[in-house]
Amino acid sequence: MSDRPVPAGRLIKAPEDFLSPAGIRTVATEARAGRRGFIRSAFAAAAAPAAMAQTKPVPAGGGDPHILNLPEHSRGLGQGVATHGYGRPSKYEANVQRRMSPGLTQTAQSSVSFAPLQSLFGIVTPSGLHFERHHQGWWDVDPTKHRLMVNGSDASLVKKPMVFTLDELMRLPSVSRFHFIECGANTGMEWGNVAVPTCQYSHGMLSCSEFTGVPLKTVLDLCGVDYRRGRYVLGEGADGSSLTRTLPMEMVESGAVLLAYGQNGEMLRPENGYPLRLVVPGVQGVSWVKYLRRIEVGDQPWATKDEALHYIDLMPDGRHRQYSSIQECKSVVTTPSGGQVLLDRGYYNISGLAWSGRGKVKRVDVSVDGGRNWKAARLQTPVLDRCLTRFSLGWVWDGKPHLIQSRATDDTGYVQPGYRQLRAVRGTRSIYHNNAVQTWLVQESGEVKNVQLA
Amino acid sequence: MSSSPSLRLAAAGLLCIAAAAWAQPISGIGRAATPKEVAAWDIDVRPDFKGLPAGAGSVAQGMVLWEAQCANCHGVFGESNAVFAPLVGGTTKDDVGSGRTARLLDPAFPGRTTLMKLSTVSTLWDYIQRAMPWNAPKTLKPDEVYALTAFLLNLGGVVADDFTLSNQNIAEVQQRLPNRNGMSTDHGLWPGKGFGNGGQADVRAPACMNDCGPQPSVRSFIPDFARNAHGNLAEQNRLVGAQVGVDTRPPGPAGAAAPSAAVATPADPGGAPKALANTAGCLVCHGVDNKVVGPALRDVATRYAGRADAADYLVQRIQAGGSGVWGPVPMPAQAVSAADARTLALWITGGLKP
Repeated sequence: MSDRPVPAGRLIKAPEDFLSPAGIRTVATEARAGRRGFIRSAFAAAAAPAAMAQTKPVPAGGGDPHILNLPEHSRGLGQGVATHGYGRPSKYEANVQRRMSPGLTQTAQSSVSFAPLQSLFGIVTPSGLHFERHHQGWWDVDPTKHRLMVNGSDASLVKKPMVFTLDELMRLPSVSRFHFIECGANTGMEWGNVAVPTCQYSHGMLSCSEFTGVPLKTVLDLCGVDYRRGRYVLGEGADGSSLTRTLPMEMVESGAVLLAYGQNGEMLRPENGYPLRLVVPGVQGVSWVKYLRRIEVGDQPWATKDEALHYIDLMPDGRHRQYSSIQECKSVVTTPSGGQVLLDRGYYNISGLAWSGRGKVKRVDVSVDGGRNWKAARLQTPVLDRCLTRFSLGWVWDGKPHLIQSRATDDTGYVQPGYRQLRAVRGTRSIYHNNAVQTWLVQESGEVKNVQLA
Repeated sequence: MSSSPSLRLAAAGLLCIAAAAWAQPISGIGRAATPKEVAAWDIDVRPDFKGLPAGAGSVAQGMVLWEAQCANCHGVFGESNAVFAPLVGGTTKDDVGSGRTARLLDPAFPGRTTLMKLSTVSTLWDYIQRAMPWNAPKTLKPDEVYALTAFLLNLGGVVADDFTLSNQNIAEVQQRLPNRNGMSTDHGLWPGKGFGNGGQADVRAPACMNDCGPQPSVRSFIPDFARNAHGNLAEQNRLVGAQVGVDTRPPGPAGAAAPSAAVATPADPGGAPKALANTAGCLVCHGVDNKVVGPALRDVATRYAGRADAADYLVQRIQAGGSGVWGPVPMPAQAVSAADARTLALWITGGLKP
């Protein structure tokens, strides 16, 4: 049984409702062990709901033992500096992990792990919790041996094909920018119906970092690119899959595409492409080629596997959309969210994330009645271009069922659609680019469930 | 900060020099790639076959290579769904004629194979060359890539059994792909001007604020029997917060022996003991929750849960081996260090955290 204080403000009807499922199991176990006293005390606590319904009870003994009995850390000597040369999270944070969705893939090398959005604050994803997508396993590449090559599909597209070391790339003028990265298949399991329980699995192929690197344009200029003919760029990785993907030269010319080596103040993590990856703001993660070894400039797109055969969106007319890239405006409430339980009635800060691959988030509306009525949420600063934006709205839970939703609007005026609107155009089989409004059902028990509305 | 006038003047002078230096173009960064270097890495093949090396390979040659290097993941006929999505199946002779895979219109048809989707044969050739076989990518020679491509196309009825694919005839084969006309770039999700509809969105949703839409009703949710399909959600949320995770373990005797906290007690963040159990070979014979050759480790933990010296006892059992406690099959002595044996014993007695 949890040692949480008994919740106040909530009618407690019976031991089954008062005790957590684990607590009930404990009662059963203890009963078998003959420890009747424990059960008596459990029932005694459950039998006194009226006294606890209005105020939080003062524990027996005149106070909270965690206050009255000074803990060890208040009475002893703590640990010294540099105990860990690279610090790590508290051991009490061990539940906060990126996780695979059981049964989604048969291998761990061509797979996905989802970021625990339900446990994150603000907009930055800690690098160790960044979602992963590998096509052929990840590597820890020696940066002293890594090279970037730039060449053209023919001799006139790039006057001077070049190779660069990391040392050289890191000498070039750099920028640091916050951007979200979202897999095109994020929320893809939910196109037809609810398939996963929590926002980690429904929306966790999403992360946001401060990336540091060199605009790709800077390097292309050094190589003498024919920008009139060379309207397409290929990025290619150095890993086993040597993933390739076509980018439009317009995005490179805008200065937005980066050759990035930095992530949240340190180098990229190996799982995220150490030591060099593309950053393609607003575009789905597969285009952010990891372990980037080569850039090719061309006069037509390449129809690579991951733009012409996979990462293609099946439409109701049986055609697939190729080269779909932009992640349209989307949002999700992360707290409270599926798989959580509200411990008590009263005040909650509904909070979540909003983003758009086309620009900045302009507003986010929140509904607690399944989309009948909406209120504008507060946007937390900073609100940045093609970056996660944190929103929040105060709410008092009355103990009744509620359907919680968020709906984002970006600065192009695009409003995040509902499932009905999106399915009317895209059907339910496209796998990719599901940016529909998410609904969480808060049940009377406090348990929050992932649901979809008719 | 203070400094003498002369120093300030000197500093200003230095700044002018530095500013002049900043105006210089970037130089001394990178060097020309040699033709040999470019050839080593520039392996991509475009739909117009730019980049395709000369060569040839037959269906028969492809079958031999396939069975040796590909069938273990993809199945003998490219049909396997065990490791990856199937490559072959779902296309017809009519599709070869029309260039549209008819079954893509049938929502009831399960799955989408590579040949159902493939619209450019260069895509298949390029990918086999750069990324296959799965565990030894870039080891196939061009002729072998031709042969494997021919074999796959033969399985899909695109080319005949006696066909030899080459750089000479690959453009003709392109004209037989079952879904060669099944693609579209007419959408708003391409961030450039080369194709697409200029960025128009599919949906223009209203931004209604009050009395919107119909009265909501729930049409889809996860049924109760699948509550625990993603593991215990209590252990996937922080110990503290506005909400905690729901304990999704099934009620009843099976769960009764498990630790009683509704939220997980902190586990080792690295999951090191379980990894050790794997590398030390424990998990070959013991499942965490299921009997294999030896008992489930969870059953071991339960049996000794009441013993104060359980960890010491298990250390001794791991290192010395034993028999008779769980049945006739003996456990041999394990060659693990005392420290590792203790780590494993504590992992077992501590509840076998994943």
